Amino acid sequence: MPLDRAQVRHIASLARIGISEDEIEIYVDQLSDIIDQFEVLNQLDTVGVEPTGHAGDLRAVMRDDEPAGSLTPEETLKNAPRREGEFFRVKAVLDE
Amino acid sequence: MSDLNWLTIQQARDLLATREVSSVELTRSCLERIDSVEDRVRSFITLTPEAALQQAEAADRMLADGTASPLTGIPVQIKDVMCTEGVRTTCASRMLEDYIPVYNATAVDRLFRQGAVMLGKGNMDEFAMGSSCENSAFHPTFNPWDTGRVPGGSSGGAAASVAAGEAVYALGSDTGGSVRQPASLCGVVGLKPSYGLVSRYGLVAYASSLDQIGPIGRSVADCALALSAVAGHDPRDATSLPGTPPDFLAGLEDNGDLTGLRLGVPVEYFAEGIEDGVRQAVVQSITTLEQLGASVREVSLPSTKYALACYYIIAPSECSANLARYDGVKYGFSEQQAEDVWGAMEQTRQKGFGPEVTRRIMLGTFALSSGYYDAYYLKAQQARTLIRRDFDAVFETVDALVTPTSPVVAFPVGEKTGDPVQMYLIDVSTLPVNIAGLPGLSVPCGFSEGLPVGMQLIGPHLSEPTLLRVGHAYEQATDWHSHRPGL
Repeated sequence: MPLDRAQVRHIASLARIGISEDEIEIYVDQLSDIIDQFEVLNQLDTVGVEPTGHAGDLRAVMRDDEPAGSLTPEETLKNAPRREGEFFRVKAVLDE
Repeated sequence: MSDLNWLTIQQARDLLATREVSSVELTRSCLERIDSVEDRVRSFITLTPEAALQQAEAADRMLADGTASPLTGIPVQIKDVMCTEGVRTTCASRMLEDYIPVYNATAVDRLFRQGAVMLGKGNMDEFAMGSSCENSAFHPTFNPWDTGRVPGGSSGGAAASVAAGEAVYALGSDTGGSVRQPASLCGVVGLKPSYGLVSRYGLVAYASSLDQIGPIGRSVADCALALSAVAGHDPRDATSLPGTPPDFLAGLEDNGDLTGLRLGVPVEYFAEGIEDGVRQAVVQSITTLEQLGASVREVSLPSTKYALACYYIIAPSECSANLARYDGVKYGFSEQQAEDVWGAMEQTRQKGFGPEVTRRIMLGTFALSSGYYDAYYLKAQQARTLIRRDFDAVFETVDALVTPTSPVVAFPVGEKTGDPVQMYLIDVSTLPVNIAGLPGLSVPCGFSEGLPVGMQLIGPHLSEPTLLRVGHAYEQATDWHSHRPGL
């Protein structure tokens, strides 16, 4: 098994996804099965091979810095679960 | 069911242009068909009949005053992964169940400017992650050829709606096969364009280096028409290619002679795992293409066996970054029972995402995490380079490749849901195309045990005119695309 319970718990915390004890068990099995499939890549000689980030050949697309319209604050906040005036409302981020 | 339910875009356009049929009549016939079969097919997440009839009335005015375009007045289903202003866009996820975009995706906007009629939003695997449409948080979609079977995915709703006679054509998205594979399983045509040809602005992101919007239709020419409408540069997408694309329909007007065309058959795509009936149908199609004048030779893409691992590292890695935005703060589902901001975020994501989405976020988070990045993510990006080089090398000697789209025909509902790896293997023939950013076209090419088989044509970057020409010639020489399910 490439992954154990502690690792799955750690990954979930990095991903900020709550996870139950039962789910941890399932993910240990399923993620390990999938990661086992990745072993095939070890057969591949990649010494000196440049990585490809994406298949497009465009790099650093530039445009003129011209003012243009954008969403209004009202539009931007339209789907906000909680708002206060023109702000998204969240629970306190900093300790007192 | 009326004859209007099986029109191609081209046929509908001709009837509309001569005013034999109005867009309102055409739209009503689609809505009636939806009424009669949708409880068995379930291809829609959201239906918008009133808005569709309003768009149809506006289209009839365009047709009357001479301002019509090729897609004016023709009913379309839009996969629920593309933003539609004022119409909820769920991505088949609880996370976006009540999300109402304030703008249109560029591709949608371009259809609307042509006077398209949107019937509603198509079902899909949640956040486009899946190969069977069973990962929708709301309900599965069923294959019109056998409603005990899946339509494929993730654009399962799009393919099923076209195959069932509900919509004339549909717009889907394809990250690892999500347009081509369901098109194949439902017996319709699906095109995944070259990376950068269609703007991704307003397409809810899954894996940004792989995602492309593509059309699904009843004919190759219909896909060419729809592609012409949505393709082209968009300053709002930094990966959108510059320049003006060609008229993709224009190249199809020839006599179907493929003399001089060099086709390659990659041996790796006919290896173990492919069903006999699928192999036979595709081999027979290759013979047909030869009879049309194409020369055929066997070729090899030796890095093919690394594509599955490469994809299932890169796509989940990008997904884990893209889906970090669903935090319950800006939009979407929000669970606020927890004491602090982090607890609220964890609960929001636990309850908002379904199992496959959670699995891929976790997988990607792992592949990008400290200590594993070089072994997995970097290695996969290097494999990506080698897979691209294979294609580059083979396209020195052939103009296009012919493969099966899917190694299997539509499988029974529930058969693969318990085993993620088995589900992932379904996309083995389609995902190398996304990894390399190439175009791929799936064309109906026969039946196995009464279920449709699809042939995939793959070409170099921006070779859509070639693929469409080959697909169209094949379609003219066969009648697979005109078979209809007995739904």
